Amino acid sequence: MTKSLSVNTRTPENEPVVAQDGTVQQMNVSMLGTRAILFEAPGLMDIHHQRRIWSMAQRFSSWPDVSEAVPGMTNLMLAFRQPPADIAGLFAALHEAWERAEELQVEGRQIELPVVYGGEGGPHLGDVVAHTGLSIDEIVHLHAAPLYTVYALGSHPGYCYLGGMDTRIATPRRKVPVVRLPGGSVSIGGAQTGVSASSGPSGWSTIGRTEMIFFDPSKVQPATLSPGDLIRFRIDKVIK
Amino acid sequence: MIEILATGALSTVQDLGREGSLRFGVGTSGAMDDLALAIGNILLGNDCNAAAIEVPILPFKMLFLEDTDFALTGADCGARLDNREIPPWWCLHASKGQVLTLGIPQSDARAYVALAGGLDVAEVLGSRSTQMRGNFGGFEGRPLKKGDRLQTVARTPGATPRSAISAHGFGVRPPAFGLPLHAASEDGVTATAVRVLPAGEYDSYTDASLEQFWLARWQVTPQSDRYGYRLAGPVLAAKHVIEKRSHGIVPGVIQVPQSGQPIIQLRDAQPSGGYPKIGTVIEADIWRLGQTRIGESIRFLKTSYQEAVAAQEEKQRYLAQLSLAVQMQRMANS
Repeated sequence: MTKSLSVNTRTPENEPVVAQDGTVQQMNVSMLGTRAILFEAPGLMDIHHQRRIWSMAQRFSSWPDVSEAVPGMTNLMLAFRQPPADIAGLFAALHEAWERAEELQVEGRQIELPVVYGGEGGPHLGDVVAHTGLSIDEIVHLHAAPLYTVYALGSHPGYCYLGGMDTRIATPRRKVPVVRLPGGSVSIGGAQTGVSASSGPSGWSTIGRTEMIFFDPSKVQPATLSPGDLIRFRIDKVIK
Repeated sequence: MIEILATGALSTVQDLGREGSLRFGVGTSGAMDDLALAIGNILLGNDCNAAAIEVPILPFKMLFLEDTDFALTGADCGARLDNREIPPWWCLHASKGQVLTLGIPQSDARAYVALAGGLDVAEVLGSRSTQMRGNFGGFEGRPLKKGDRLQTVARTPGATPRSAISAHGFGVRPPAFGLPLHAASEDGVTATAVRVLPAGEYDSYTDASLEQFWLARWQVTPQSDRYGYRLAGPVLAAKHVIEKRSHGIVPGVIQVPQSGQPIIQLRDAQPSGGYPKIGTVIEADIWRLGQTRIGESIRFLKTSYQEAVAAQEEKQRYLAQLSLAVQMQRMANS
């Protein structure tokens, strides 16, 4: 059997790296076809690691062959204009860049979003109750408590991946994605949470609904929020 | 200018796609069969990336409101200009008042109608493709409907004259002849073959599942569209449950949700995801998926990075040669 184009850098055995999302994450670099590489940072899904990812994104986006550096949740995808010739060299460069990356400090803005939890706008709140064994009130309060940081944008225009969710309400992604979910849906996927910016398919469990304009394609900077901005969910109403 | 007289629900304006806005959550969009779009443009002397109409559900009917050259590529759908039959992969001159009708295709999934100069819709974030999820780009950020009128880009004075096409028009052979790819078939059931590179979580699947992945004929289910093709076949099992942190993905990535039934992410796919990735359909073969219909089957052929790069180069060479041949034909006609 041929090995996949992937390199795992194992951490020392006496230091198991258990991430905030409950997984043991190791450094990993893999190809996505021929024009994209995914770098996954080792260790915790936390703000310190995310700031190092932002710093790496800034550095690699100026490489001439890189059309775009796309931060994810403690990972970074590089998209290339042409298939890179020296894959092994790139893998090594990514490892080295991670080791050397300083935390990029961002002065983010803070916004507050009122959320109606449950009811029609939160059709999967019951699934989160079933998975976590917590009550609706406990879930809602745990979800609305933190000041979340926008770690990255992705999924669809203007959508923000947020860091800082309490892992007690983590719920696995759905076995089969939902085909159509409205904009403004507040959802949980694994140990992550976020708000959909427009209607579309999703593999996450939706627990509530809010309203906000996240994207304007006519602007040079089309997304309203950027990595480093801060979001607080305010409990507007809980429908049981 | 043209006017849409009849269309299915999902005809859209597309070019080769939108790159460089993934970090804002903006996926690539673009033609599902990028070869057909590029060839339509080449036939007309347009830039390969000019915007054209992608027609996935037929019939489709449009009226020419002025004289113009047009090209028809992709699915062979028994097209007619008024009462005259038009072969597939063909370009022709249409006069004001004529009606182009596309019928039900015998095979393949999508037809492309390109117009001389390309469609004049605004470029948004570097592309004229319709961004369905964001409701921007293309024509008013939405699929076309009856009564829509679309302009073509006016050529600058002194550029190639509009009609370099003789009365009968001319055409090219479909790319399936020039870029063949076959999967072995023991029982005569054909399947679309596409080459696949293993992706990040490939090694996390059981040996039995990996064997099935390469051997099975995967059926394209009715829940398949420009976002992605959801496939039905043997259940793929990972050695342990994989819950990834969200990360960037590209069209062609084959994700496996816990159901064990793979989904190939396509042109309207979101630019990020968290389901484990077993492989990626190589860029050079995505057009083959764009012409695979619901109910038909797909086979995955294992390839290497070097072979994948070579396949993309072969595709570029094919387009360059075709472009040269078309230029000569156009010169002979003008």
